[in-house]
Amino acid sequence: MLLLLQYTLIFASVLLLVALGGCFSEHSGVINLGLEGIMVIGSLGGALVMRFFPGLPPFVMVIAVILGAIVFGVAYSCLLGVAAINFKADQTIVGTAMNMLATAAATVFVKAMNTAANPNDVSASIQYIEPKKSFLIKIGNFEFNWFMLVAIVGLVVAYILLYKTRFGLRLMACGEHPQAADSVGINVYKMRWAGVLISGVYGGLGGICYIMVSASEWKFDAGVYGFGFLALAVMIFGQWKPTRIALTALLFGLFRALASVYSGIGFLARLNIPSTVYNMLPYIISLVVLALTSKSSRAPKAEGIPYDKGQR
Amino acid sequence: MKKLLKNDAFQTLIASLACIIVGLFLGFIVLLFINPSGAASSIVEVIKNFMHFSSGKLRLKNLGNTLVKTAPLLMCSLSVLFAYKVGLFNIGAAGQYVVGSAVSLYCALALHLNWVLCILLAMLAGAVYAAIVGVLKALCNVNEVISGIMLNWIALYGANTILSNVKEPTSPYTLHITGESPSSLIPSLGLNKLFNNNNYVTIAIPLAVIIAIVILVLLNKTKLGYELKATGNNKNAAKYAGMAEKRNIILTLMISGALAALGGAFLYLSDYEQWSCSQSSVPGMGFNGIAAAFLGGLNPVGSILSSYFIQHITNGGAYVDLTKYSSQISDLISSIIIYLCGFVFFLKYAISSRLAKSEEKQARKVIAEHEKGGEE
Repeated sequence: MLLLLQYTLIFASVLLLVALGGCFSEHSGVINLGLEGIMVIGSLGGALVMRFFPGLPPFVMVIAVILGAIVFGVAYSCLLGVAAINFKADQTIVGTAMNMLATAAATVFVKAMNTAANPNDVSASIQYIEPKKSFLIKIGNFEFNWFMLVAIVGLVVAYILLYKTRFGLRLMACGEHPQAADSVGINVYKMRWAGVLISGVYGGLGGICYIMVSASEWKFDAGVYGFGFLALAVMIFGQWKPTRIALTALLFGLFRALASVYSGIGFLARLNIPSTVYNMLPYIISLVVLALTSKSSRAPKAEGIPYDKGQR
Repeated sequence: MKKLLKNDAFQTLIASLACIIVGLFLGFIVLLFINPSGAASSIVEVIKNFMHFSSGKLRLKNLGNTLVKTAPLLMCSLSVLFAYKVGLFNIGAAGQYVVGSAVSLYCALALHLNWVLCILLAMLAGAVYAAIVGVLKALCNVNEVISGIMLNWIALYGANTILSNVKEPTSPYTLHITGESPSSLIPSLGLNKLFNNNNYVTIAIPLAVIIAIVILVLLNKTKLGYELKATGNNKNAAKYAGMAEKRNIILTLMISGALAALGGAFLYLSDYEQWSCSQSSVPGMGFNGIAAAFLGGLNPVGSILSSYFIQHITNGGAYVDLTKYSSQISDLISSIIIYLCGFVFFLKYAISSRLAKSEEKQARKVIAEHEKGGEE
């Protein structure tokens, strides 16, 4: 049971971080369907730090990996910013392209890197068994992961930033009624850029967190298994509010955790449900949840509509 | 020249060609970055694809292989295109393709049905599967992209489970249809002879082209097509004009799903590939369909060309110098192309507004000259 709690918390941390990323971007008025891709590139950034500096002391390692993921995530989110804000491109197409591009680029890059190091190695994976230990602290039987703390800090920061600062309120105004925001002197383009870049920070963090809790070696040709989209479902169910998002993330985290640990829980193992069902479960639950909550959606009103100064 | 530039189809063509050229160029830059010594020859291999071989026979055979995979890609791109014309982004095409593949393979390998039945059942399954997205969208206001992605993963896990009943005992791959149930194979009707006895070349290829034309006619020349497009342009206006907008959304996705599923049937009922029951990611065919749909300027005829092109470079990826690069470079190029397609509207807008400006200038000149003439 403790194991289930541990997995629930860690998967909830991933979903929470990524969903908060989506939350910032959408509150500024840009739909971020490229979160999945941002996760992939962010995780690549963190994994590269672990690959090239395996000997760092534990605390420095944690900081360095987190920074690596953030830098890569933010850099990649610029692709969305340029297209959606400056060139008024269709945000759905750009987001989808970013997801495909991230997996393809990460695969090509990691394969090239591995082959350069060892001509017989054509895999697209990076291994991080040793550095991973820096992130774990044993408390009895419970394995605490630094990312749980990161997620909580991320939540607090998001809450304060969105509701308690001038910046956050302005950001949200740009997602609700950009023309009105502009009329009182807020630079809508800048605000939207800020929203997208912050979503890059959170998405990158979520990405590295996800691959580190799922395995000790990541194959970059596999992407992140739709987690970016699960996070979007969490965000919608959370009605774009950080605290509700956190609760939803816990619920979804539980279902995802079941797939990982069901065989270790007595009564679930005895039920003899095939593993496929557990694998499908998070996706099915999110469909049901979306069906129940989307009707009374409190989505930012202007999300997905490119802002054009000249338009009335 | 100006008249030509104003033409929408011509603008689309220019924009698509620009996307391709920039995409290939960026792919080349990536190769240069990885290893400068073989970059130029490798990008040429990607473009050459089957021309890589020196003998005419081998070229024909490999052209056949590219075409075999173009047919399902074309169906996926038609699926995406059809839904997009009605204002829906059917990213679930990937999952509907998986459902079509699974149902057609199961019908062939377990039930030994005739190929026509296999295809029809696959299409039906795809339509029903896509209808879930449609119902969620029409009745519950669920974003079709998110529900589509969820259903993609559910389809993948489902297909792996169902097809593990008909797999080879010692490998994760499904049985060969040729050995199990020859009547389930899509017939070739002599087309294989044209491609140096490439037996995977079947009537699926001409059928796919015919379906593209049917979709073109359906969208542009029928009442149904008009209603669907009207629903896509403005749901409320369509409702006000007496169209059943909810039914139209569901119907669109069902047609779209049937098309994607047909793609799956086209590929797997030619026995060109076996399904791997241990695959852990959704096949890329449906996502490449998105690339092909947008690259083709959202026109069925354009889709035929762009599907071929995308498949051409995807197959060409296998011929890069694999000691230095990986074949995924073609995936990279096609995803760059889709990203660039996001800018197409901007590019077209830029061309049009530039033309409009220069016309205005000219008109002003003419008026000014007239006024001068009047004064004298």
